[in-house]
Amino acid sequence: MTDDAPTNDGQQFDRLPETPADREVEGRASRREVLDWWDERFGIGPSVFEEYSFWEKGAGKVWIFNGEATDPSEVEAIGMTFLRTRQEHWKPTSRAATRFGGLATTNVIELDPEQAVTFMAGDDQDLPEWDGDWGYLIATHEIAGGEAPIGVGLYLYDELRSVVPKGSRADLPTVE
Amino acid sequence: MNPLERYEPLVDDVAAFRAACDRPLPSVVRVNEMAASPAHVREAFDDEGVAYEPVDWHDGLFRLPDGNPGGNWPYVHGWTHGQEEVSVLPGLALDPQPGERVWDACAAPGSKTTQIADAMDDEGTVVANDNNLGRLSALRHNAERLGITNAIVTNQDARNFSTKPLAFDEFDRALVDAPCSCEGTCRKNPDVVDQWTLEHVHAVAGIQKGILARAVQATRPGGTVVYSTCTFAPEENEAVLDHVLEAEDCEIVDFDLPLDTAPGVTEWEGETYDESVTRAHRVYPHHNDTGGFFCAKLRVGGTGNTGVGA
Repeated sequence: MTDDAPTNDGQQFDRLPETPADREVEGRASRREVLDWWDERFGIGPSVFEEYSFWEKGAGKVWIFNGEATDPSEVEAIGMTFLRTRQEHWKPTSRAATRFGGLATTNVIELDPEQAVTFMAGDDQDLPEWDGDWGYLIATHEIAGGEAPIGVGLYLYDELRSVVPKGSRADLPTVE
Repeated sequence: MNPLERYEPLVDDVAAFRAACDRPLPSVVRVNEMAASPAHVREAFDDEGVAYEPVDWHDGLFRLPDGNPGGNWPYVHGWTHGQEEVSVLPGLALDPQPGERVWDACAAPGSKTTQIADAMDDEGTVVANDNNLGRLSALRHNAERLGITNAIVTNQDARNFSTKPLAFDEFDRALVDAPCSCEGTCRKNPDVVDQWTLEHVHAVAGIQKGILARAVQATRPGGTVVYSTCTFAPEENEAVLDHVLEAEDCEIVDFDLPLDTAPGVTEWEGETYDESVTRAHRVYPHHNDTGGFFCAKLRVGGTGNTGVGA
């Protein structure tokens, strides 16, 4: 990269390049990498996101949008926050998990009623019985006759860490 | 002076009006139907033991007699949003369709934006604007909680809103849920009655005229603009419509709302307004046991059709 290469501008939304080969801004994730990541990590295939565009604002924060926008866009928000990139382990947002996590087929951890309450309170908990991957998981619980996603947890060393944002934590009743 | 007294000449039953204004309103939630059906939310409330009552004119609204609309699982899932009953009316009048371009001119904290996005099935573009950056963060939080992906958020003065940051320069529909004197919210916030002044009515009416005029200008020929407030003041309602009818190419159209309303008034304190303001709806608290509200629907002039798409 030369000094003239485009850099990430934290004040505007830029559309992600289609593939790594199209990348002009160093470190920016491409659409293909984002789609591959959701497919590999959670089994949510690219067709689910076909109609959506992906945008970066700030260092590594990727937004998902289902409307018309200019590129770049100097607005306050465009769609919803979706994924944190520019770090070793990409992290889906809690809202991406609740919006799209119901389609996930892998790395989904089903919580019992008490565990779900602990999770939404923002508390970490021991869950040694999980024998799947470590890293970011989509947490679900049973409600109204089905499983529904409630957010993202980080599983490390037999423990599920709740990464529910402070503003979204809640004290909820246990529903058996 | 209690400002509610000045509206007594406008209402059919003064005692019932004043009594209703003194009763607190129950908490109400609207179902976010792009995430869950009303039946699914009912089942979740039943499982959790949350008390709820239906609202007879809208099957996606539930009254929660025990309050605390955010303290249950359906809320956490983004299946419900706390919203006063009458506050869904402008969204119903606007009737946005999937794929359209819609402007919510005074959008924070986002109850109506999220209702619009839901009605659009999260397809198309809703531009949620507000001049108050702090209140926009509440809007963003609500939009994300409800899983809305088709909203762009802008921070401009709606009176001279620029479409330059957008991919298009006119809207199919626009909602002006204007800043106002808010006496209609006295059942949930009695302070509004104490803080009311006639000076504020006149000042805010000027802002309302500016925003509604801009909304008409920014909407394509044949498109729809909805104007709403939560005040009873004709200065902020019919007088604003009368002004914009004169200044811009638009007309007020008839429309139905699913509850009992009174027509807009053509005379107030020596002023007279265009006859077509009677097509607007006044919602009084004693008619449906709700907050107070005002809502009008306008068609932008020109030869464009009123259907979907530009």
